[in-house]
Amino acid sequence: MIAEGGLAALWFAATLAGLQLLLGVLALRHRHAAGEQAMAAIGPVAIVQGALVAIAMGALIAVFLATDLSVALVAENSHSAKPWIYKFAGAWGNHEGSMLLWVTILGAGGALVAWKERALDRPTHVATLAAQGAIALGFYGFLLFASNPFARLNPAPIEGQGLNPLLQDPGLAFHPPTLYAGYVGLSVAFSFAVGALVTGQVGPAFARAMRPWVLGAWVLLTIGITAGSYWAYYELGWGGWWFWDPVENASLMPWLAATALLHSVNVLAARDGLRAWTVMLAVVAFSMSMIGTFLVRSGILTSVHAFAVDPRRGAFILALLALYIGGALALFGARIGQVRAGRSFTFVSREGGLVVNNLLLSVILGIVLIGTLYPLIAAGFGVRLSVGPPFFHAAAGPIALVLVAVMAVGPMLRWRRDQAEAVLIRMLWPMVAAAGSFALVLTLSGGMGVLPLLGLSFGVGLIVASVLPMTQRNWRRTPLPIWGMVVAHAGIGVSLIGMACDSAFTAERLVALYPGQATIVGPWRVELNRIYPNVGPNWSALEARLTATRDGVGTVLRPQQRFFTDPPTTTSESAIATGWDGQLYTVLGQQDAATGRWQLRLWWKPFVTLIWFGGILVALGGALALVGRWWKAWQQRRREALWG
Amino acid sequence: MSLVLALALAAAPAAPDLGNTQLPDPHAEAQARALMGELRCVVCQGQSIADSDADMAADMRALVRQRIARGEDPSQIRDWLIERYGDYVSYDPPLSGATALLWATPILLLGIGAWIARSSFRKRR
Repeated sequence: MIAEGGLAALWFAATLAGLQLLLGVLALRHRHAAGEQAMAAIGPVAIVQGALVAIAMGALIAVFLATDLSVALVAENSHSAKPWIYKFAGAWGNHEGSMLLWVTILGAGGALVAWKERALDRPTHVATLAAQGAIALGFYGFLLFASNPFARLNPAPIEGQGLNPLLQDPGLAFHPPTLYAGYVGLSVAFSFAVGALVTGQVGPAFARAMRPWVLGAWVLLTIGITAGSYWAYYELGWGGWWFWDPVENASLMPWLAATALLHSVNVLAARDGLRAWTVMLAVVAFSMSMIGTFLVRSGILTSVHAFAVDPRRGAFILALLALYIGGALALFGARIGQVRAGRSFTFVSREGGLVVNNLLLSVILGIVLIGTLYPLIAAGFGVRLSVGPPFFHAAAGPIALVLVAVMAVGPMLRWRRDQAEAVLIRMLWPMVAAAGSFALVLTLSGGMGVLPLLGLSFGVGLIVASVLPMTQRNWRRTPLPIWGMVVAHAGIGVSLIGMACDSAFTAERLVALYPGQATIVGPWRVELNRIYPNVGPNWSALEARLTATRDGVGTVLRPQQRFFTDPPTTTSESAIATGWDGQLYTVLGQQDAATGRWQLRLWWKPFVTLIWFGGILVALGGALALVGRWWKAWQQRRREALWG
Repeated sequence: MSLVLALALAAAPAAPDLGNTQLPDPHAEAQARALMGELRCVVCQGQSIADSDADMAADMRALVRQRIARGEDPSQIRDWLIERYGDYVSYDPPLSGATALLWATPILLLGIGAWIARSSFRKRR
């Protein structure tokens, strides 16, 4: 009964999404009584729609928690012996469930816009809700007609087939919801842009209303990507943290677009410039979210994340994509002529720096997009090829370094007009720091690659440049968004240093040892003490006890070879020792059949943790800016209440 | 060609298992490591042979290490593998008619972007 209730809620939610679109069109077409009524009704409809789809998601989680095997999705993706957290999170560890989670967050976003958004003018608000309804309607259609999560199975099997063991990790409970919330935040920005194009209200007020949504989405995407990268790092067992895998690229592309949008929306809010740019980027950012969803969900790319391979679904999402992106671009083409050009400025100015930032981010986005799609397009012409790290590093690496340089200079530029010579003088210390670290690293370790060497020195320069604005300010009077910018920019520098250190200084040791034998990796001496069996709720394992010693201090690590029966899979569970200056990463491999020795893979990765620490700083910077904006808006409202 | 590979693979387990152990010479190992990171495991889902648990990937790693140890140039080994498995095996797509557009992407995008951005700037007085 719970499954049928969930399905019914989904149908109702879909109907209300259609109604939401209809009411929006009605409200904007008819200015009089009927229009007024439609305008008043659209908000509550959006809120009820959000509640209904949340009920559907709740129903799916309930059948997963109960392991109701008469529901096909549960039978195919769950198992009664799984720990409850993976039953819960397993609700979205499959195609149908993850699409339902997607529309649930979309519904919640729409409800939030209806309930809380007060900064937009009323017609634009209504148009935004109508656009949100239109997006939701398409994805409800996709769920109901091509991916029904509540389909029954008769007769019900005795046991489920289980969840892919690679996904059986606490990361599954947080990573997809965070990323999806980020994607959906961008859907709000998209709907805002469509709404503003319909009503023609593109200006600072619109930008100020859109900004918190973009900031929030961007923070969530940053957290999602950072956490996903760390998850892949410890789960896959080879020490890599970014593979330029199509699915990773699918999450990176919306982030790049959102980063550009975030900067452009600030120019629009503060200086009334970059109107068309901002609207375009809002359209592009959510388009990238949808393309990402298409790439992952259609199963068109083979990767760990693609658990659905069904051409009909791919065609359905592709049609939705063409409809929404094509529609938004057509609207953009038709209406942007009526949006007055924003204020102009010279090349050497804060706005100029932000335009270059937008340009470079968009170029990197284009490179990642084309690099990801190229093998697919080539396959269409009968050519089989692979595009991987060497291409992305060569094509995007140099541009990313220029972008970092612009990031360092940007906050030190004046609005509207600045002098190039004066800027160079202001940038003295960051340039000294970058050149100094370049020379230092070059003399200390000669054989370092060019990209890591430049990455390291640019990272140091960026951190110095990021804190520079704070030296001229009274810290207590500095608004939170400025603090946010400083922290986020410095975070990029920190992350860059981590990446460079990992790629240049990692020490690797691949050995086969008998118990009692030891080996050396970096500053560590690692001894294999013994191998013994271990069991968990739905796995058995061979576990190694390793003693790692450094400067006389010992640490015990226990990497595993884990065997799952449902479905039958072996995974390597790495064991990691984290110090202030890096991580020792250990993996237990197979036993050598001829000699009886055990394979060990060991890595010493100096400062690798900076990669994710930097990511956290970037997200924290975004969160500070968001809180700062809220605080200011709240104060303003309170002042108005007092005086009005 | 296939006979060579078969012999090479058959010979692999006798000496130290080069699919899972490093070469003694750090310089040669670094070369092998760099090349392995750029070769695709053809039976896996989007992994390089340097990051894969598959037996096939271990065999290919052993092959790369043996040939590097024999003094072959990494680019020769890559070409040999491309000849056998096609362009698909290399994550570094070789420049050809089919990939010209791919490699031109950064320049083209920068050009288009600069042309669009130009209109945002006011002429300097």
